[in-house]
Amino acid sequence: MLAKRIIPCLDVKDGKTVKGVNFVNFRDAGDPVELGKQYSEQGADELVFLDITASYEGRKTFTDVVKRVAENVSIPFTVGGGITELSDVERLLNAGADKVSLNSLALKNPDIINEIAKHFGSQVCVVAIDANYEDGFWRCYVNGGHLPTDKELFSWAKEAQERGAGEILFTSMTHDGMKIGYPNEALRTLSDTLKIPVIASGGAGKKEDFKEVFEIGHADAALAASVFHFGEIKIPELKRYLAEQNICVRL
Amino acid sequence: MKIAIIKYNAGNIFSVYCAMKRVGADAVITDDKETIMSADKVIFPGVGEAGTTMRYLRKEGLDKVIKGLRQPLLGICIGMQLMCRHSEEGDTECLGIFDSDVKKFIPRQQSDKVPHMGWNSLYDCDSSVFGCNLNNKFVYFVHSYYVPVCAETAAKADYIQPFSAILKKDNFYATQFHIEKSGSVGEKILEGFLKL
Repeated sequence: MLAKRIIPCLDVKDGKTVKGVNFVNFRDAGDPVELGKQYSEQGADELVFLDITASYEGRKTFTDVVKRVAENVSIPFTVGGGITELSDVERLLNAGADKVSLNSLALKNPDIINEIAKHFGSQVCVVAIDANYEDGFWRCYVNGGHLPTDKELFSWAKEAQERGAGEILFTSMTHDGMKIGYPNEALRTLSDTLKIPVIASGGAGKKEDFKEVFEIGHADAALAASVFHFGEIKIPELKRYLAEQNICVRL
Repeated sequence: MKIAIIKYNAGNIFSVYCAMKRVGADAVITDDKETIMSADKVIFPGVGEAGTTMRYLRKEGLDKVIKGLRQPLLGICIGMQLMCRHSEEGDTECLGIFDSDVKKFIPRQQSDKVPHMGWNSLYDCDSSVFGCNLNNKFVYFVHSYYVPVCAETAAKADYIQPFSAILKKDNFYATQFHIEKSGSVGEKILEGFLKL
């Protein structure tokens, strides 16, 4: 049976992980490669590395990080952030990334999804959507959640799928950082209408939130950052808990 | 030991090279026929589309080289599918090493998403193939086409229906899943292949 996936997300700036990490006996908490390895050994099913560097030089540093991750980590990983054209996608895939995640670029220039699917296959193309719930409407945002658009979550996700996206990574800005659980109702609508997998992001605070995102939200995968980085939820414990709840996970 | 990874117009070859390195094997990525034919072990990896990759192999004459190999060859993902007779992807005639055809996954219900992407478990495994017991082990899949269960099936997985996760015939070995992305289980399989 296909397992539900648990995905830690790491923010990388100038080649170093940004958020604090609370692992015991950890050599270098700032090194994304060491951290990725650690998560992989703990049972993470995939990893996401987001480049939050602003400068061009910093992005070159990120390519080196991607290459080192590919050399050292034996599970799939997605990279995102700072992608502005097709050549960026090619550079990251050549460095060993399995998938790329597009956010602002996809909304500003949706044709890029078709181009990536045509050149590299849908399976490498993750479309990330940041949306905020406003007046009964899930409004999509760009530029790291700073700039509202006219696009609505469900129709945009469907369009991305039709253009060739391989997965949808939906982050609820309404839930992100609140530790109140995932937006399960919206996730369920997404998952039950799309033909491609849905990754839930934003809102995880406790183990039960993961159970609910799979059982109620019908998500294929759940992504989280701080609850893993600060050790509030440990991946081996989380996966044992989910298995006890009869959710299929890889142990 | 000389290990050749066949270089052609498919993606993900660097990841296979890295996985070999992690298990202590120094492989070369090459499309040189002599190097491939004289290697002790050959790996035929890849991510891509059947029609385009098959046309490339024919144009470069690599199709005959692969079929003619007598040393252990390991196909991964699209590599495995290209080793079959025919693929529904692009209605493509393939290498015909395995006596089976490649079909497209047809969803039966909403939860059947295609591609089949993620970790799935193996069963009915022939443990003699890579010298390790793979039953109930999770490995990483990404594919929209599959090989039905057949005489050459050496491990199965379930998605929409049972399908071939590992094929084996004579010196030819193949896995539908990405060994190079399957964590410690993948590394055990690679070590098993290197010992053949």
